[in-house]
Amino acid sequence: MNMRDKIKDGLGNKIKVWDERSARRIYFTVEPNDVYKSVEFIFKGLGLRFSTASGVDLPEGFEMIYHFSFDKAGEVYSLRTLIKDKARPEIDSIAPIFRGAEWVEREIWEMLGINFKGHPNLKRLLLAEDWPEGEFPLRRKNES
Amino acid sequence: MSHKVIVPIGPYHPLQEEPEFFQLYVEGEKVVDIDIIIGYNHRGIEKLAESKHYDQIAFLVERICGICSSSHPYCYVLAVEDLFGGEANIVPERALYIRTIIDELQRIHSHLLWLGLVGHFIGYNTIWMWAWKYREPVLDMFEMVTGNRNNYAMFKIGGVRRDILEEDIPLLKKTLDELAPSIKMFYGAINDDPVIKARLKEAGTLTKEQAIDWCVVGPTARASGVNIDIRRDEPYGAFLMNTIDWNVVLEKNGDVFAKTMVRILEMEDSISIINQALNKMPKGEIDANVKDVPPGEGIGRVEAPRGECIHYIKSDGTNRPVRHKIRAPSFMNVASDKVAAVGGTISDATLTLAAVDPCYCCTERVAVINKTDNKKIMNGWDLVRLSQEKTNKIKEGWPNGRPE
Repeated sequence: MNMRDKIKDGLGNKIKVWDERSARRIYFTVEPNDVYKSVEFIFKGLGLRFSTASGVDLPEGFEMIYHFSFDKAGEVYSLRTLIKDKARPEIDSIAPIFRGAEWVEREIWEMLGINFKGHPNLKRLLLAEDWPEGEFPLRRKNES
Repeated sequence: MSHKVIVPIGPYHPLQEEPEFFQLYVEGEKVVDIDIIIGYNHRGIEKLAESKHYDQIAFLVERICGICSSSHPYCYVLAVEDLFGGEANIVPERALYIRTIIDELQRIHSHLLWLGLVGHFIGYNTIWMWAWKYREPVLDMFEMVTGNRNNYAMFKIGGVRRDILEEDIPLLKKTLDELAPSIKMFYGAINDDPVIKARLKEAGTLTKEQAIDWCVVGPTARASGVNIDIRRDEPYGAFLMNTIDWNVVLEKNGDVFAKTMVRILEMEDSISIINQALNKMPKGEIDANVKDVPPGEGIGRVEAPRGECIHYIKSDGTNRPVRHKIRAPSFMNVASDKVAAVGGTISDATLTLAAVDPCYCCTERVAVINKTDNKKIMNGWDLVRLSQEKTNKIKEGWPNGRPE
């Protein structure tokens, strides 16, 4: 089974959208509640390497993308999810699965204000100590 | 043990090169915990990128790092070119070779810089002086080809901004030919000198399991046996053409010695890669003259000297990105100091922190705190001194220069 099939097989109907953008770029979407189990399967079960995660403030919600690298084939599998509650955005932290996620989630939290539930150390990483609370630099304010 | 309480001068100090803050908690000689506080140099580049247009961002991201100055612009243009289906789809062949030549030259100068630092930290200032001396011709070559020793402004979406002139190639090759024996000399020095070997072995070990758990990249990962290298895994530049013969350097012990070996051998390989690229580079265009960026999402990855650099671009078809996410390799590697430095001694701390080649000379920015009473007992300068003293102790123990 190739990696695409292994992921489709392992995650089953958690996958809501499957988009093969090009030979080495595969994007798929899951619900926020399924992210933890999906990441656990991809990292622990399939042994893919976590490259980074990115978050973006969209009108419809906060979109989180977790980028995993399948090094043997040079492919990037990007797991996408949409956190619809913009007033109190939160999602389960994946740091308990592997420690490499700790700093990545801290950065997203301080830049976008997404709460990562269960993160062992959710405090500021890059912003200054006296940066005002509640000010999330990557959130969009009244931009058209 | 007497305690010195040093009044902290704050993260900024005229003698420090770059700001970062490590707090090492010690009990006696042993490091029992570490706090890593970064962000003093945070400039909001991702946010800035949202208000710049695509041409400007290449110059913006170049300033993320002065040492791996070509990695971020290369990675960025690859992310945008991913929107077109990839570098191979639009970049002319000659530009692919030029990109790799610049990228590998950068690897050499970056590793030489690091080698010098390690020499300094173990008290072998000759290594420091010589590594940086042999680095100078590499920077001269950058100046000849790109016009600058750092920040080359070579990368643009769809190609490169300047050509490598035919008349410059002989000097470029001559410089590389003269550099190769020096790299061999460093290899011999590190490998054959029993004091250096003893000093570097088993310091700052990161096991393969830890390397995977912390998702480290680059020489930090390869020294621990994690077989990843973007140049082979997802080829880019000249590596796309399958005309370059090279090797991924892998070690397994994960200590500072292994990391040193990886970097020295990578330099040797880089010289060979550049020579092959210069020989195989065809004549032709260097720029695809890209005008508009289509909507979509693009991911670009390069193997920077410190490891995988990754950029993600979300485009809506206008001339500015919706989102530009940047993850430098050191972001993953520095975090792993949490396990690499803990359990070691304070004399090895400087080496361990430097071993991941953090994209800054951060180890002066260290405070050592006694765990039992939370009092600061020494600073980064003291740690470097301790590290150098440990080397002396090894030398004194071997009056004939090697173990009895």
